[in-house]
Amino acid sequence: MEFNVLEHEMVPEHHLLSEDEEKAVLKGYKIGKDQLPKIRKNDPCIKTLEHIIGDEIAEGRVIKVVRLNPIAGVSVAYRVVIRG
Amino acid sequence: MARKDTVNALIRRGVSAKVSEALANANFKIGDLKKAPFELITQFISEEDAEELLKLIGAKKTHIDKDQLKASKKVTPKKESKKKVKEVKPRMDFKMPDKIPKMNEFEKSISAMAIKMGTPLPMALIQKVAAKINSLGMDKKELDIFMKEVVAIYKRRLIDSNESAGIVSAQSIGEPGTQMTMRTFHYAGVAEINVTLGLPRLIEVVDARRTPSTPMMTVHLKDNVKNDLDKVKRVASNIEKTQLIDVASVETDIENMQVIVKLDTKKLTEKNITVDEIKASLGKERKLKSDVQSEGKKMLVIKAPEVSFRKLQQIFEIVRDCKIKGIEGINRAVIRMSDDGYIIYTEGSNLAKMPELEEVDPSRTTTNSITEIYTVLGVEAGRNAVIKEAGDTLDEQGLTVDKRHIMLVADIMTNDGDVKAIGRHGISGRKSSVLARAAFEITSAHLLKAGLIGEVDALDGVAENIIVGQPVTVGTGAVNLIYSPKKRRNK
Repeated sequence: MEFNVLEHEMVPEHHLLSEDEEKAVLKGYKIGKDQLPKIRKNDPCIKTLEHIIGDEIAEGRVIKVVRLNPIAGVSVAYRVVIRG
Repeated sequence: MARKDTVNALIRRGVSAKVSEALANANFKIGDLKKAPFELITQFISEEDAEELLKLIGAKKTHIDKDQLKASKKVTPKKESKKKVKEVKPRMDFKMPDKIPKMNEFEKSISAMAIKMGTPLPMALIQKVAAKINSLGMDKKELDIFMKEVVAIYKRRLIDSNESAGIVSAQSIGEPGTQMTMRTFHYAGVAEINVTLGLPRLIEVVDARRTPSTPMMTVHLKDNVKNDLDKVKRVASNIEKTQLIDVASVETDIENMQVIVKLDTKKLTEKNITVDEIKASLGKERKLKSDVQSEGKKMLVIKAPEVSFRKLQQIFEIVRDCKIKGIEGINRAVIRMSDDGYIIYTEGSNLAKMPELEEVDPSRTTTNSITEIYTVLGVEAGRNAVIKEAGDTLDEQGLTVDKRHIMLVADIMTNDGDVKAIGRHGISGRKSSVLARAAFEITSAHLLKAGLIGEVDALDGVAENIIVGQPVTVGTGAVNLIYSPKKRRNK
């Protein structure tokens, strides 16, 4: 069986945002999509996420990353999917 | 960035930026524009612009009748529908793990109060506050006053806008770094595994080296294995790469033009290897063309196909280095007892292969090679690895650096979706400003290249503005005060 990388303790939670959520996030930060940090389409986490939702994740979609943070407890970050 | 390419290509041909942006937004490419009918183009830009555009890209004006227009309207602007859609099979065995701890009711109510006051508080702070006041039994009014105070203090402690956090981080890591032992090798507390620590390790982490100088893995085992030493030993021998030379002596017999392998039965039983396994793995060696013959139980003979010393030497080398068992790249495996059963530490690292072993718990097994974590587990894990490795190296030297400084470094390193080094080949070498790059390293090369290709510096950053002698855009320099006097009231 292939290993689900999202289960590894070093990998934080990854969630795909819907387009409405994307807009709300960008509006909240008052930035454009290209100003977000990036994540590659070939990233193992994106590939696994594709398997979970059963559909391809196109470039330009936004991924919400929920990290465990030693200082804030939980922190949320966003990454935009790019080619490569 | 197909869109950007189209825009650039159009601008190069003399089309105005506004028109090219509009066309690129409509998913046109240069090739499409040449073939596209006039009416289709005018849907996105004005007719004058379209006529000029066709002249500039050297295409003929083509017209279509109305039916075709309707049909093509549907297809051409939406390029994406033409793209091959990759089929992704949903996998039922892959579940989304839930890693985030939940807040209890009391904590949730406090959090809601803070949000109502306009400042959402971080979870760790809420939990801390909740634990302190849980037993005090405050009534609603008291709680309200208390939370107002908490929010006010929290706001005061937040970093100011336009504060240059990067410089604070650089100094906070750099200063304790001066006190680090210059060159330390250390037996990592556990086992006899040699691990680079101290300044060389910190440099390695920040440079995002492909392979660390001492790669090492920590292999956690599944619950049914981790307390059984015999099973753990077997797993360790399966992980450790075993070559033929480790379990036998290999000799060349020049007289008979053959290679003789004398097996060490004691070592074979220790490592749980049978003679047949050895023969099978020798058979797998593609370069080895001659047959392997057994002579008695403890000897293998490989004859050279022709009388040639060079061939014989080649056979000898192939046989000697033949891999019998284990995982490529792992030279040694050491078993250690911990609070949580036995753990295997390895010299050498190969994270990608670990899930293939049944007894290994892949979700907890890690390595100290950051690039390996990035390729196997993705950027986010890479970011965590940078934080962990840099933090551990500093901690081990007894230096206390706030985790948030290291997090900032890790954030910058992983900002582009991969782990980039800091320094000439990484972040600093990729800055958009020429002057900032020139101020860092290899000044003349950067300036010369910029001069040759006619680079423009927008003077957005700090270094550029210092060079030019302008106020920098951080702190108070980032804001401008404008005084607009009120108009006098008419009396």
